[in-house]
Amino acid sequence: MERNPMRRQLAVMRQSLFDQGYLDEQFVQLEELQDDANPNFVEEVVTLYYRDSARLILNVEQALERKPFDFNKLDGYMHQFKGSSSSIGAKKVKAESTLFREYCKSGNGEGCMRTFQQLKKEYATLRKKLEAYFQVPIIFQFFSLSTLLNMCF
Amino acid sequence: MVLGKGASSSLSMKMADGAEDMVNNNNFTVLVVDDDPLIRKLHDMHLKNFGLRAQVVENGKKAVDLCHVGANFNLILMDREMPVMNGAEATKELRAMGVNSLIVGVTSCGSPNEKQAFMEAGLDYCFEKPLTPDKITFLLQELNKNN
Repeated sequence: MERNPMRRQLAVMRQSLFDQGYLDEQFVQLEELQDDANPNFVEEVVTLYYRDSARLILNVEQALERKPFDFNKLDGYMHQFKGSSSSIGAKKVKAESTLFREYCKSGNGEGCMRTFQQLKKEYATLRKKLEAYFQVPIIFQFFSLSTLLNMCF
Repeated sequence: MVLGKGASSSLSMKMADGAEDMVNNNNFTVLVVDDDPLIRKLHDMHLKNFGLRAQVVENGKKAVDLCHVGANFNLILMDREMPVMNGAEATKELRAMGVNSLIVGVTSCGSPNEKQAFMEAGLDYCFEKPLTPDKITFLLQELNKNN
């Protein structure tokens, strides 16, 4: 039985991230790589993800402002973004990226735009939940938090 | 300390299951080729856990240049889509240079055609990203067989 109420709360938080479909098995793989020699590995990987993928989000954002849409380019960015997202087990974010790519392949601009809004929401929600779980803000090194928040809402 | 294939059986000390594997893996060198720093970090960590030393580079050209100046790797993990030189081109060049390493494609879902083209560039195997412990175990078995 978990004596420490804080740890119990974290365990509950963690479980709900899986139960609610925010994270999948890939996240567990990350946790299994964490050990005494690398005690913050999961947090480092997640931070790296949010740092690097911010650039891709920005690229997609800018590409969606140029008409007509360059679906190949959009698909290219999303391919990368999906790869990173699935590596950290970001289940909902990954699902939206898959949908976005399908819209790219069928040349559906409306679908792309709609899906991108949803993707950004999921991306931001996951970050908030993971910040709560790690209990530290996930630092963006290249983009200010306000810029990113403006992009998301 | 260099151990040959049969050496582990003559060691008198008892070793834990994982440790015995690590002894055999100590001499394998791995090159991770991927433009995504997240993947490079992940794969490097996975490999470390198996006692493998990995070098990491961010595109196919760097991989080719490394091998060109004489670096030797038992295993090369090759991403497909990279800037400057992609995985398929890099694999073709490496094979043309006479590189005999186990070259394994590690890609995000591509169409069967893309995967086929990648394999035909000269890969030994092609896996979906990201690498997992059981895939690494499989690759180590292949490496041990060939050595």
